[in-house]
Amino acid sequence: MNYLNAGYGLKSWLLTLDHKRVAWLYFISITGFFFLGGAAATLVRLELITPAGDLLSSDAYNQMFSLHGIVMVWFFLIPSIPATMGNFLLPLMLGARDMAFPRLNLMSWYVFILGGAFTLTAVIAGGIDTGWTFYTPYSTMFSNGAVLAAATGVFIVGFSSILTGINFIVTTHKMRAPGLTWFRLPLFVWAQYATSLIMVLATPVLSITLVLLGVERAFGIGIFDPALGGDPILFEHLFWFYSHPAVYIMLLPAMGVVSEVIACFAHKRIFGYKVMAFSILAIALFGFLVWGHHMFVSGQSIYAGVAFSLLSFLVSVPSALKIFNWLATLYKGHIRFDAPMLFALSFIGLFLIGGLTGVFVATLALDIQMHDTYFVVAHFHYIMVGGMVSAYMAGLHFWWPKITGRLYPEMWARVSAIIVFAGFNLTFFPQFILGWAGMPRRYHAYAEEFQLLNVFSSAGAGMLAVGYLLPLLYLLWSLRYGARAGGNPWDARGLEWTVASPPPKENFATVPRVDSEAYAYDTPQ
Amino acid sequence: MTRPNNQTTVIVAHQFETLEQQFDADLLGMWLFLVTEALLFSGAFLALAVYYHQYYDTFSAAARELHWLLAGFNSVILLTSGLAVALAEQAADQHRRRLTLWWLSATIALGVAFLGLKGYEYYMEYRAGLVPFLDQPFAFSGPDPHNAMLFYNFYFAITGLHALHMIIGLMVLLVMLVLTYRWREGARVARQVRIAGLYWAFVDIVWVLVYCSLYLLGR
Amino acid sequence: MADADDRWQLLLFPESASSVSGQVDTLFWAMVVACGLVVALVFTVLLVFGIRYRRGSPASRRGSPLLYHNRWLEIGWSIPVLAAFLFFFAWGALLYVEILDPPTPEDGDARRVNVIGKQWMWKFQHPEGIREINTLHVAVGQTVRLRMTSQDVIHSFFVPAFRIKQDVLPQTYTRLQFTPTKVGRFDLYCAEYCGLSHSGMVGEVVVMPPSEFQDWLARRDRPGTPQQDGERLFRQYGCSGCHGEASSVRAPDLAGLYGKPVPLESGGTVTADAQYLRDSIVFPSKHVVAGYAPIMPSFKDQISEEDLLKLTAYIQSLTPEEPDAP
Repeated sequence: MNYLNAGYGLKSWLLTLDHKRVAWLYFISITGFFFLGGAAATLVRLELITPAGDLLSSDAYNQMFSLHGIVMVWFFLIPSIPATMGNFLLPLMLGARDMAFPRLNLMSWYVFILGGAFTLTAVIAGGIDTGWTFYTPYSTMFSNGAVLAAATGVFIVGFSSILTGINFIVTTHKMRAPGLTWFRLPLFVWAQYATSLIMVLATPVLSITLVLLGVERAFGIGIFDPALGGDPILFEHLFWFYSHPAVYIMLLPAMGVVSEVIACFAHKRIFGYKVMAFSILAIALFGFLVWGHHMFVSGQSIYAGVAFSLLSFLVSVPSALKIFNWLATLYKGHIRFDAPMLFALSFIGLFLIGGLTGVFVATLALDIQMHDTYFVVAHFHYIMVGGMVSAYMAGLHFWWPKITGRLYPEMWARVSAIIVFAGFNLTFFPQFILGWAGMPRRYHAYAEEFQLLNVFSSAGAGMLAVGYLLPLLYLLWSLRYGARAGGNPWDARGLEWTVASPPPKENFATVPRVDSEAYAYDTPQ
Repeated sequence: MTRPNNQTTVIVAHQFETLEQQFDADLLGMWLFLVTEALLFSGAFLALAVYYHQYYDTFSAAARELHWLLAGFNSVILLTSGLAVALAEQAADQHRRRLTLWWLSATIALGVAFLGLKGYEYYMEYRAGLVPFLDQPFAFSGPDPHNAMLFYNFYFAITGLHALHMIIGLMVLLVMLVLTYRWREGARVARQVRIAGLYWAFVDIVWVLVYCSLYLLGR
Repeated sequence: MADADDRWQLLLFPESASSVSGQVDTLFWAMVVACGLVVALVFTVLLVFGIRYRRGSPASRRGSPLLYHNRWLEIGWSIPVLAAFLFFFAWGALLYVEILDPPTPEDGDARRVNVIGKQWMWKFQHPEGIREINTLHVAVGQTVRLRMTSQDVIHSFFVPAFRIKQDVLPQTYTRLQFTPTKVGRFDLYCAEYCGLSHSGMVGEVVVMPPSEFQDWLARRDRPGTPQQDGERLFRQYGCSGCHGEASSVRAPDLAGLYGKPVPLESGGTVTADAQYLRDSIVFPSKHVVAGYAPIMPSFKDQISEEDLLKLTAYIQSLTPEEPDAP
C-alpha cells in the first residue's frame, strides 16, 4: 500500500491533501505549460531561420515571444523544482508525515491553475504582445493585446508562489525530525528554504506592480503614465525588484538538486557543506540588491548603475564557490555516469558559461553594447535552460524511482542527456556572437548578415526539442513497463531513501530519529 | 455564566506530533503571510514616496483637498475595532464564549462602519470632481492638474487596496464568529481568534500608514 | 550593410568606428580570455576527475585534508575570484562613466543633434535646422551630442559599431555622446521593444569626411535652426509675456540660466538643464523657483516634442558661455 494506490478516482487526486499527490498535480500541469512555451519557442525559431519576417505576421511574432516568456517564467521555471520535487521530498527529507499546511498546498495548485486559465484566456482573446516584462507605457497605453487578462493571470499565479513559500518555511522550521538540526539538513532543503524566503519577500512586490499596472489599464488610474507626470522607470524598478530575485527562485532549487545528485553519484559527502549552505543564503540575500543591472542604459543614474554593477559581481562569488565545491566533491570520489549525473555535470558546465557571461553583462561598459541584444538572451538561456532545466532533469531522473517505484530506461536517458547538451549549445552559443555583433532581441526581421548563425541556432532548437520529447516518452513508458525499483536503487543517503518506493501515504510509520551528518556516504547504509 | 461543553478529546492534525507544534506552525504561517502583505503595500508606498519627492507642492495641495477630519474620525473607529478584536482574543483565552461572540460582533460592526464612512468619503470626492479616472471630469484648482491627478490615482488605488483587505478581514472575522458559536474546543478557538486578530491588527496598522502618508503629509 | 574587416566577417565581429569602441573591445577580449581560461580549467578538471575517479578505477581514494572541507583551499580560490571580479568591475565602471557621462569637448566643436523616437521611426534635428528621418549624417572626428526623447513608448538608440546605446523615454530627455572615427555607413537599431514594427525601427548613421559633410549640409533644405524656431515659438506661445524684459508679471529670468543651480521653493536646488526646462514648460509646479508663486500655466499637450526641443535650444542659447552643456 503506497500513496499511489491509497485511493483511486479523480476525486482522490483533485481533493488530495497528500503532498506527494499535490506534487503530481503540479508535475502534470507544468509539463503541459513547458510544452506550450516550447511550442511558442519553436515558432519563434522557425521564423528566425530567414531574415525576413515571412512565417508569422509581426503581431503574431510579438505574441509568440511574449507567450514564450510569460509561460516559461511563471508557469514552468518558477514552480518547477519547488512545486514538484520540493513538494514531494521536503516532508520526506525532514522526517515528517506531510507539509505544515496540506490544504494550503492543494489550494496553491488550484490558484496556479486559475492563474494559468486567465493567462491562456489572454492568449486566445487577443494575445499578449508586451514581452514578459510588461514595460510601460507600451503595456498600459499602447498595446492592443489582452494585457489586463495576462497581468491578472500572473498576479494570481504569484499567490501560488507565496503559499508554497509559506508552507515550505513553516515546515522546515517546525517539522524537522528529532536530531535533524539545521546543519544536518540536505542542501536540497537549504535551497528550498532560501527559495521560499525569496518567494515570500519578492512576489508581493510583483503583485503590487501588476495591480498598479492593471488599474492603469482598466480604469485609467495612471501611476506610470508619463502624461500625468508618471515615471515609466519607476515601473522598471518595481518590476525588476521582483524579477531579479525571481531568477534565484529558479536557480537555487536547481543548485540544491545538483548537490544531492553529485554527492550520490560521486558517493562522497559534499565538500564544504557549511560554505555551500551559507552561499545559498548569500545568493538569496544579495539577489535582492542587484535589480538595477537590468537598467544600466535605461536613463537611471549612472552612479546607481555603478553600485548595481558592483553588487552584481559580488553575487556571483557564492555561485563560483559552489562550482568549486562541487568539483572538489568529485575529487577522490567513486563516480558513476548514470543519467542524473550526466544532467548534473551538464548543469555545472552550462551554468558556468551562463554565470560567466552574466559577469560580462554585469560589466557596465560591455552592457552598453550587449543590453537588449541576443547576448543577454543567450546568457539567461544558459542559466535557465542549460542550468535549471538540466538540474530539473537530473532531479527528475534521480528521484523517479522513489516517486513512481519504477526504473526508467537508462540508455535512453543517457541519450537524451547528450542530445540535450549538444542541442542546447548549438542553439544558444551562436547567440552570444549574434548579440555582440549587435543583433537586437525581440526582432521579427533582422539584417542579412545575421542569418547563418540564426540557422545554426534554429537547428539546435530542433535537436533540443527531440532531447526534451524523449524523456516525455520513456518516462511515460516506464510507468507501465519499467522495472520495479527498490527503496534505494542508487545507494543514496537521506531520509527519503529509507522508505519504500513509492512511499507509503503517511511517509513514516514512526518518526525517524537522525543521528548522523548529511551525506553520510563514508558509512554503509 | 454558561460554561462551554467540556471536550476532553484534543484533535491534532495528522502531520503534527503535538497540538503545540500545530499552533506554533499556524502562527508562524500567519506572520509570514503578513510579511508578504507588508511588502505588497510597501511597493505602493514606495511609488507614492518617489512621486511626493518629485511633485511635493502639487501633491501637498492635492492632499489638502481630502477630508482629513472625516477620515480621522474613521481612523478612531478602526482603531477601536482593533481594541475590540484584542478583547475578543482575551475572552477566547478565558474560554468565555458569549463574551468572545460579543467582542467579535463589535469588531465586525465597527469594520462595517469604517467601510460605510469610506464609501461616503468616496462619494463626496466624486461629487467634488476629484475622481481622475473612468472618464470623470476632474476639477482641481491648483496649477498642475495632471500631477494632481497622479496624487488622486494613488489615493484611490491605495485606499481601495486597503478597503479590499478590510473586506477580506471582515469575512475572516465572520468565519471566526461561526467557529466561536460552534465552540468545538476552547484552546483551538482561542488560537484561531488570535490568528484572525493578527490579520485585523495588520489591516489597522496599514490604515495608520495610509492616513499619515495620504492625508497628513501635505499639511 | 556595414563594411567589415574580412578576417572578422565570419565571426560577425562588429566594426570599431567610434572613439570608445577600441577601449570597449579591449575590455571585452580581456574578459573573454579570462573567462575562457576558467572554462577550460573547469572542463579539464571535470574530465580528469571523471576519468581518474570513476567508480572502479584503481586511483587511490585514501583520505586527505582535501576530502570534505579545507579552509585554506576555499579561501585560496575565493580570493583570486574576488580580485578578478573587482578588477573587471572597476575597469567596466570607469569606461562606462566615460561613455555615458563624458567631459564636454574642450574646443566646443560638438554638434548638438536632437533625436525623437516614435513608433516606428527616428527623427533627427540638426543644429542648422536640417531634418532627417532614420538616417543621421555626421562628420568623422566630430563629436556629436544627442538629446533624445520619445513621442510615445520607450525606445532605445543603439549603434553597434560605436558601442553606444541609451534608452529614449517619453516626457524625458536622455543624452548620448559619440565621436565617429571611421567613414562609412553604420547600422542604427531600436533596442527596446516598442510594439508592432520594433524590428523595422532601424536606420543608419552615415559618417562622412568633413569636406563632404559640409557639402551635404550646404545642399540640404534648412528651415530655421532650432534656436531661431525656438525664439519664434517663445513669442508665439506667450512666454515672453511673463519672462520677457517688459513684463509686469514676476517670472524667473531666463538669460544666463542654463546650467546654473536653481533654488526651489520647497527647499533644495536643481540644475537648470534641458530636462528642467522641459519640465517647467509641461509641469510648471514641479520645480517652483524660490521666491516665486506657482502661477505659470502648463503647456502640456499643447506643444509637440519637436517644438519643445526647439524652445529648449533657444533658452539654452540665452546662456552664451555654455552652448553645449547637456
